Amino acid sequence: MLNKLVANAEEAVKDIQDGATIMLGGFGLCGIPENCINALVKTGVKNLTCISNNAGVDDFGIGLLLNTRQVKKMVSSYVGENAEFERQLLSGELEVELIPQGTLATRCLASGYGMPAIFTPAGVGTEVADGKEIREFNGKQYLLEYAFDSDYAIVKAWKGDTHGNLIFRETARNFNPMMAMAGKITIAEVEELVPAGELDPDQIHTPGIFVNRIFQGVDYEKRIEQVTTRLKS
Amino acid sequence: MLDKFGIAKRIAKELKDGYYVNLGIGIPTLVANYVPEGIEVVLQSENGLLGIGPFPFADEVDADLINAGKQTVTTTIGSSFFDSALSFGMIRSGRVDLTVLGAMEVAENGDIANWKIPGKMVKGMGGAMDLVAAAKNIIVAMQHVDKKGNSKLLKRCSLPITGLGCVKKVVTELGVFDIVPEGFQLLERAPGITVEYIREKTEGHLLVVGEIPEMVV
Repeated sequence: MLNKLVANAEEAVKDIQDGATIMLGGFGLCGIPENCINALVKTGVKNLTCISNNAGVDDFGIGLLLNTRQVKKMVSSYVGENAEFERQLLSGELEVELIPQGTLATRCLASGYGMPAIFTPAGVGTEVADGKEIREFNGKQYLLEYAFDSDYAIVKAWKGDTHGNLIFRETARNFNPMMAMAGKITIAEVEELVPAGELDPDQIHTPGIFVNRIFQGVDYEKRIEQVTTRLKS
Repeated sequence: MLDKFGIAKRIAKELKDGYYVNLGIGIPTLVANYVPEGIEVVLQSENGLLGIGPFPFADEVDADLINAGKQTVTTTIGSSFFDSALSFGMIRSGRVDLTVLGAMEVAENGDIANWKIPGKMVKGMGGAMDLVAAAKNIIVAMQHVDKKGNSKLLKRCSLPITGLGCVKKVVTELGVFDIVPEGFQLLERAPGITVEYIREKTEGHLLVVGEIPEMVV
């Protein structure tokens, strides 16, 4: 019998050890695994390498793990919204590897697709290409980039079932599906957990085979970085 | 001289019916406000949305629905959501017809620098390197000179490069320029700006062929 259900975030992340490499889904603060980030702050696990498109803000998201100095290295494409991040980077406490956003996504994808590497044109002629193999195809140059090797992937979905099938909502999908496929162990927290059989198989974004642990998340804040509105005329 | 809205308005004239368009953060985002009457374009947001609509009314703000600038948005009729890998698949495989980006520097050979100032805070390249490496048509919206009055249209970029030889057109507060083998070819002058003034403010090679019309915005 499939047994992927865990009680809560604390149980889901309790075996993550110091020095682990973890992927965290989300774009900005949209679609981030809030419950598991909070649980990691509680476990106090240290020297994490975090692969995530962004690094949260000072008091939310991955910013919480930076405040408690639990992160050794960030692998991201854009980290502009976090003052504590900047301070740790400039003081040398934090290592950062910046990589193009499409390269980040596709290195996750390669991992989940069981392919060791990809060729991408992004970064050719820039410092991103330093030390990397370049191959020419049809007269254009491409960089060799390797699939990620990550101990854990932690993702957030809108709905999930007890078999680990996941459905994401709107732009909260972002990096979550390909990270879900790329972890040696994948943990999914969902806003709504239902028994297997209740989700329409045609609507599943991530098949449960990729998910090892799933739980119903609680108290989602879903903070918005920039609330922009228009007036009713 | 154009303000940022004027630059956005002028770039909007480059839109064609049926275009899929990726707009960067800043002035490029404003281009969406000036889509000409009678044409339909679909805006792509690299975080996973085709068909970006206007900002929501206050009572319809949705934390799960943002653009690449992390602003709350809405969707248009016919929109779709997808993951980040698929999004960059669209970009890399050349489905996006036009990309509009900001820049710190552009060189006369079409190189662009817009992601890093060494010694200062490094925020990261986001999706810019993927976009410039693959987009068929890149228009840059930028200020012609920096705060000290130094040209940002250069012979060679001095800042770390984002992409090589990729920019096709530049629109600044002073004019519209195509990147051609000889350098920056001046196509239009901003209202009230002379060719001599533009020449003075352009470090890269400026190509001026015949009479240069004043732009209509």
